[in-house]
Amino acid sequence: MLDILLDISLIYATFRAATPLIITAIGGLIAERSGIINIALEGKMLMGAFAAVVVSYYTGNPWLGVIGAIVAGGVMALIHGIVSIKYKANQVVSGTAINILAGGLTVFLLQIMFGVAGTSPQVRKLPTWGIFHPIVYFAIALVGITHLVLYYTPWGLRVRAIGEHPSAADTVGINVIRMRYICVVISGMLAGLAGAALSLGDLNVFVKGMTAGRGFISLAAMIFGKWTPIGAFGASLLFGFADALQMRLQGIGVPSQLVQMIPYIFTMVALAGFVGKSTPPAALGQAYDKAKR
Amino acid sequence: MRKEDIYKNIKELLVPVGAIALGLLVGAIIILMIGGNPIEAYKALFIGAFGDKNKIANTLARSTPLIFSGLAVAFAFRCGLFNIGVEGQMFVGALAAAYVGANVTGLPKVIHLPLTVISAMLAGGLWAAVPGVLKAKRGVHEVINTIMMNFISYALIAFLVTDVLRAPGQTPRTVGILPSAQLARLSELVNWSNSRLNTGFLIGLAACAVIYYLLWKTTVGYEVRSVGLSPMAAEYGGINSNQKIILAMVISGALGGLAGAERILGFDRALILGFSPGFGFEGIAVALLGRNHPVGVLLGALLFGALSNGGAWMNFSTDVPVDLIVVLQAVIIFFVAADQIVRRLFPKKKKDWGVV
Repeated sequence: MLDILLDISLIYATFRAATPLIITAIGGLIAERSGIINIALEGKMLMGAFAAVVVSYYTGNPWLGVIGAIVAGGVMALIHGIVSIKYKANQVVSGTAINILAGGLTVFLLQIMFGVAGTSPQVRKLPTWGIFHPIVYFAIALVGITHLVLYYTPWGLRVRAIGEHPSAADTVGINVIRMRYICVVISGMLAGLAGAALSLGDLNVFVKGMTAGRGFISLAAMIFGKWTPIGAFGASLLFGFADALQMRLQGIGVPSQLVQMIPYIFTMVALAGFVGKSTPPAALGQAYDKAKR
Repeated sequence: MRKEDIYKNIKELLVPVGAIALGLLVGAIIILMIGGNPIEAYKALFIGAFGDKNKIANTLARSTPLIFSGLAVAFAFRCGLFNIGVEGQMFVGALAAAYVGANVTGLPKVIHLPLTVISAMLAGGLWAAVPGVLKAKRGVHEVINTIMMNFISYALIAFLVTDVLRAPGQTPRTVGILPSAQLARLSELVNWSNSRLNTGFLIGLAACAVIYYLLWKTTVGYEVRSVGLSPMAAEYGGINSNQKIILAMVISGALGGLAGAERILGFDRALILGFSPGFGFEGIAVALLGRNHPVGVLLGALLFGALSNGGAWMNFSTDVPVDLIVVLQAVIIFFVAADQIVRRLFPKKKKDWGVV
């Protein structure tokens, strides 16, 4: 039985399923390391998936679609940033609003642009390089790049500093507000790119609500990976593997829904500290107020 | 009411009303951009929500789950907790209601109906107790755990409804609720309505009153609010804040369970997969808009119910897609959350009221 379940194509399927999770989880941890709770990843990913298809539809060029996805994710993040950094709104509330907005706006625009309710017309998708579409390779490279930047550059040190103790960072001359904007926008751009991996990499259409909770699984992967790039990579692979495996288990009668619970249960157990406690950045979720330092 | 109290209440209304006004303005701009007529669209929206007796009944029916989910979010907020998991608590409550309401036989209505409602509340309460305990005992932020538990509940209910509890037929649904556990619908009481508005709405009104009483007229409510304002100070004043955190989550979850019970026992009369378009999340918006006060929650729920039902009519008669309503709701949440924007746009008439 094992040989039906485990073969090389399962490994390929794991990487394909893990790619959007890796990219989004890395994006999420950049925002959270700077002190912004990012439960809006789901919405930014969905906007990215939608923008990718729209741009690819009108230009016929999937690469421009990818750029469109990155821009769309970035714009959503900028809204999130302005509301939570400048106007100091509760970051969880504004994140929830982003998710609701993305769910509504994508379907609304689908109706306006294509006159359809659930699925967009087919567009040109990204090419396949060797085994995978290009974003898969980018995801793997991104892990290494983020690790190096976060731990071996002054910029990375600043990001970590403003998430742990923003007022101390401010006193040594780091512009906390600007850094947080940059981190949130980068995070949104990456989530948007992950959306393009779904709609132009794996598929060639946009489907209503197609992210199907992947933004939240990415959040889970980020936490399970203890807010580190390599940890998030490992967790994403694990959750991607669970996703790839569920299809096959379904074939031999194991209900897929039960396998789908695994990432969430793992994350709760990890957070509760039963197996190696995950501790969030100290200043996570607090708006920075210069006057209060 | 003293003069200062009246001014204070007016000030409390400023942000929600301003946010709704700004939301409608943004909506109007979007309608103009897609070549529609905002006045026509909003007229259709209003007629769809309140055009006749039956439409009003349907609007109240759409608002009912939001009263419960809004109260659930608001109650947790009062204790300083963000219960983003009302959707999941509603799902397990719905599951309990669907099971007990359809499978426990031979009981008279006076026992079966309360039993079913209470099991839904218990299920929701227990589901919410998990993040409550983890917050109190292990210090884990309730937002992440309630999100995770939402997804666990989706998967659980999807599994149970498509596999274990499935009734014969095309769509995944459980077997129908027995008459002894049903909440009476308006359409069964009067001949002018086909609305599925049911006695759950009255339970919703009662819940608002109970939560108001609990929060402002009892010691427990005082303790819950103290923990919400400052857990440290509450602890210093002799309040066991961990205990109150767990209690607040359980009550919040029980309210979520009630939202599920109303849908299953009154509106749908079976657990149909996908029965909720996100009532739990709309509850967050409702609670914010209602300033976490039961009366505000009631008004917020009515507004959101009216927007949703009116939106369908707007779509039907003016070709503006119904999903505009979702966008509107998100914009309203933004403006309520970032209340500084609203306060800046609608400045105070006089600088100082003295005591406010």
